Amino acid sequence: MATQHTFDVAILGAGPAGMSAACSATALGLSTVVLDEQHSPGGQIYRAIETSPLTDRSILGKDYWHGASLVDNFARSGAIYEPRTTIWGLTPPQADSHWQIGVSRDGAASFVDARHVVLATGAQERPMPIPGWTLPGVLGAGAAQILLKSSGLVPSGRVVVAGSGPLLFLLITQLARAGARIARVLDTTPRGRLRTTLRHWGAFALSPYAAKGLRLALEACAKAKFERHVDAIEAAGSTHLEAVRYRTGGRERSVAADTLLLHQGIVPNINLAAAAGCTVQWDAQQASFRPRVDAFGASSIYGLSIAGDAAGIGGARMAEAQGRLAAFHAAYVLGRLNAAEFKQRTQEAKRELAHWSRGRAFVDAMYCPSGTFTIPDDRTIICRCEEVTAGAVRKAIRMGCQGPNQLKSFLRCGMGLCQGRFCGLTVNALFAHERNIVPEQVGYYRLRFPIKPLTLGELAALPQTLQSVQAVVRLPASYTVPAAS
Amino acid sequence: MTDDAFDFAIVGGGLVGLAIAYGLVRGNQRVVILDEGDNALRASRGNFGLVWVQGKGQGLPAYSSWTQLSARLWPEFAQMLRDDTGVDVALEQKGGFQICLSEAEMRVRVDAVRQLMIQPGFETYEIRTLDRHQLQGYYPGIGPGVVGGSYSALDGHLNPLKLFWALHLATQERGAAYRPNAPVTRITRDASRFVLACKESKAVLAQRVVLAAGLDNARLAPMLDMDLPVRPQRGQILVLERLRRFMDRPIVNLRQTDEGTVLIGDSQEEAGLDDRTSTTIAATLADRAVRTFPVLANARVVRTWGALRVMSPDGFPIYDRSRTQPGAFGATCHSGVTLAAAHALALAPRVIAGDLGDMLAPFAPARFQSARRSMEYV
Amino acid sequence: MFRRACPSRHLIQVTVDAETVNVEAGDTVAAALLALGKDACRTTPVTGSPRGPYCMMGVCFDCLVRIDGKANQQGCMVLVKPGMRIELQHGANALVDVLSAGRVRGTSPGNC
Ligand SMILES: Cc1cc2nc3c(=O)[nH]c(=O)nc-3n(C[C@H](O)[C@H](O)[C@H](O)COP(=O)(O)OP(=O)(O)OC[C@H]3O[C@@H](n4cnc5c(N)ncnc54)[C@H](O)[C@@H]3O)c2cc1C
Ligand SMILES: Cc1cc2nc3c(=O)[nH]c(=O)nc-3n(C[C@H](O)[C@H](O)[C@H](O)COP(=O)(O)OP(=O)(O)OC[C@H]3O[C@@H](n4cnc5c(N)ncnc54)[C@H](O)[C@@H]3O)c2cc1C
Ligand code: FES
Repeated sequence: MATQHTFDVAILGAGPAGMSAACSATALGLSTVVLDEQHSPGGQIYRAIETSPLTDRSILGKDYWHGASLVDNFARSGAIYEPRTTIWGLTPPQADSHWQIGVSRDGAASFVDARHVVLATGAQERPMPIPGWTLPGVLGAGAAQILLKSSGLVPSGRVVVAGSGPLLFLLITQLARAGARIARVLDTTPRGRLRTTLRHWGAFALSPYAAKGLRLALEACAKAKFERHVDAIEAAGSTHLEAVRYRTGGRERSVAADTLLLHQGIVPNINLAAAAGCTVQWDAQQASFRPRVDAFGASSIYGLSIAGDAAGIGGARMAEAQGRLAAFHAAYVLGRLNAAEFKQRTQEAKRELAHWSRGRAFVDAMYCPSGTFTIPDDRTIICRCEEVTAGAVRKAIRMGCQGPNQLKSFLRCGMGLCQGRFCGLTVNALFAHERNIVPEQVGYYRLRFPIKPLTLGELAALPQTLQSVQAVVRLPASYTVPAAS
Repeated sequence: MTDDAFDFAIVGGGLVGLAIAYGLVRGNQRVVILDEGDNALRASRGNFGLVWVQGKGQGLPAYSSWTQLSARLWPEFAQMLRDDTGVDVALEQKGGFQICLSEAEMRVRVDAVRQLMIQPGFETYEIRTLDRHQLQGYYPGIGPGVVGGSYSALDGHLNPLKLFWALHLATQERGAAYRPNAPVTRITRDASRFVLACKESKAVLAQRVVLAAGLDNARLAPMLDMDLPVRPQRGQILVLERLRRFMDRPIVNLRQTDEGTVLIGDSQEEAGLDDRTSTTIAATLADRAVRTFPVLANARVVRTWGALRVMSPDGFPIYDRSRTQPGAFGATCHSGVTLAAAHALALAPRVIAGDLGDMLAPFAPARFQSARRSMEYV
Repeated sequence: MFRRACPSRHLIQVTVDAETVNVEAGDTVAAALLALGKDACRTTPVTGSPRGPYCMMGVCFDCLVRIDGKANQQGCMVLVKPGMRIELQHGANALVDVLSAGRVRGTSPGNC
């Protein structure tokens, strides 16, 4: 990969947000590079759209294939696309440099330089900690969807799907259309949600999601046996999932199972933005942390825009509009658009954004997770990497542990390879619950680079400076820097 | 217990404050530990975990003796913590290495060892200098660029996070009160007690007070007519994934923890209160580690961190007792892991006695008034 | 357990723990293992409990396997290739060659 070249814009992530940002940026004459760790463009929603073995278009549905035109435009945009490129670092400009993006590709690390960065790294599934969720045979529902899109694989044997949210309905219908038999769906949406979300109904009914959502929900219900208002779930088995135990209406039930798919919504992938130093804030409506951005996606750091689900969950069509806005903003900052042009271009994208954001509040309120699925019981492993239980965390909190960062030291919770992606929100919720404070008072893990592991050899091959050598070797001034190995 | 029943208030819940607090509660004192919140600068969360003797004390032989004493006390101290809490801090004192990657480094090393040992009053022990061949006999996988090194049987390491956790558990188990999120803003004195004003919580009263607030000691000490002139010095560290055990003795800048992760240290940077990491330092650390053990090139770096050392002007600990405010003490050092045993078992009893004694006299801040000594780095 | 919902397009051969098997070109290593009925791909270094892929999108790090001799590769991020050597992992990474970096001799250096 070119190292000395400085791009006008580097776009991190080739999902709908990143692809649309790239199309708009190149159309304005900005030299643009798009970095993504996947093998082909599309992001999560349009994953494997160019390579999927599923020829029957009805399985994944119209919304999925909408991505084809976007990928097409992206391919023709003239943006330089770097697949299989993992981003592990992002450093704001220093006195005499530009943005520096640390990447790893084919086992070698390097930097990509850019004047402006659009971070569009999307979302991940919200962790759903239940006893036994680390057993083989238990997967995220999103994982099953990825297996379906990329490989045409469907779960066989006795399949149980558990959780809540619109993507759960989507997955159930997609799997069913592909021929999977789902033994049971454990819907964890609490009783009374339709009532408590009353005030959001109007906006949702008028939104582009209403009819589609209703159709999906009906189709899903027709395809599988639903248990409603499930308020506790446990995956049982010794070395592999054998059964799923659950509770609804005060009664305990059990169902034999080979595969359990868990899902309770998605949350922004904040590691990269937070490690770069962006202000990250609690979003009560979405019950998650997200980087603070303005109406154009500009983050708290000058020259860094954030678009799509990485800035807060809005879905693919909002992500597209946000990508455009971020590109226009970059062009304005870089002097390619004057104020009037900027205003004119962003108006259309803003209208689009408003259109696709209608109804979100209902979805967020309706499917906000609660109960044991956010505040698990003592025996539940909450940090999958270091195998720390909720009970151990509660004990530390009662000992006066101040928050997530002290907890890391005490229990190694959040110190594993996933870097807190699967325990951060649970830890936050446990502190908030035990202390009776709000999540923003608890805070989040301090995140640092590398946000994805790279080898020591890769790191060792990166440039050093005289200062870095002196700070480490601590020899008299006569000592000179050895040539990089 | 009411607040004014405290015999001691410890300002600071880092390794220094906790170790002293532990010694005090073992001496049947009623102790309260006041600490800041989750995002405080806390060197005790970011250190390398060495219990290190080799090379220390250039310019102040008493520091070597104090360090050696602590190293000797460590097995007993670790056993106490295990008995009190069930936590094993994974102490290992089987010796440790320093490795040189060039002839220049080797010359500096050999010279430093000689200078150290010839100091009058230095409590000698063996530091063996090793050539490449001798080193290879011990670590066959060292890289071709390793020139030699040194070895001392007194060195060791432990799991500093387990130590931190064990000290929290042990002090509370033995009755100390821990007040997190209670940063001390001001310390005054009424007729018989110290009054410690805390941000956002009620003031704490105690008969005596020990300042162990890390970097904040510099601000707090003058309130009690003491002098703890510390400054931050940044250190960056890399962490590798868990590997099956392949090292049984630490190298001063590369060690494998009891959990299997490998730590690679560390830089010394004057960066003020900025504890961020940088890729150039990471590259230098990685490069040196790969030159030490080339096969580590394939291992994954899972984390990096930067933490601020609590550094005195000459690098040695400062232990102070206020002349004008009887009952006020201050303690700070940049080897709080190594010295934890001495802090709990040797310093704390002196604090209870109300007099730091002869052994600790060389560490009084009065030394900063005399000529500036050579800087000490380990 | 997973099965293919569409006809196979192109099979290639790889080895899984030295056994030669056919897998679908275009699959990731994690997908290929799941299609082969191997839901578990490793045991954890912490307690030795079995794990398999959880997220399939590179964030959970539960899909780690040894690929062509390199341990701790994210199986869900790597595509299968003809002749690839895939090995399930047990506990912490023992980079075979790392073991020779240090040998526990029980002697003090200098005595040898
Ligand atoms: C598993 C999953 C499945 C989903 N399925 C659907 C669906 O079927 N329908 C739907 O409407 N919505 C779905 N969503 C919601 C989805 O987030 C949005 O609809 C949409 O994909 C958001 O677009 P985006 O461009 O913001 O991010 P994404 O589409 O998530 O794109 C982000 C891109 O960034 C890349 N990336 C992230 N981190 C790094 C890194 N460190 N280095 C390099 N590259 C990186 C990723 O590989 C990805 O390609 C799904 C979400 C998830 C998590
Ligand atoms: C990179 C690095 C590597 C190191 N490696 C080693 C090693 O290998 N071996 C070794 O022996 N040592 C090592 N050290 C040094 C060791 O970590 C420190 O000596 C030790 O942690 C210092 O402890 P402390 O309690 O003085 O300070 P800190 O750990 O900083 O604790 C100070 C405490 O006081 C609290 N505080 C501050 N102000 C106030 C206030 N106003 N009111 C209440 N509370 C307050 C803080 O919140 C904090 O909890 C290393 C340090 C670093 C940075
Ligand atoms: S399955 Fe989660 S990282 Fe591969």
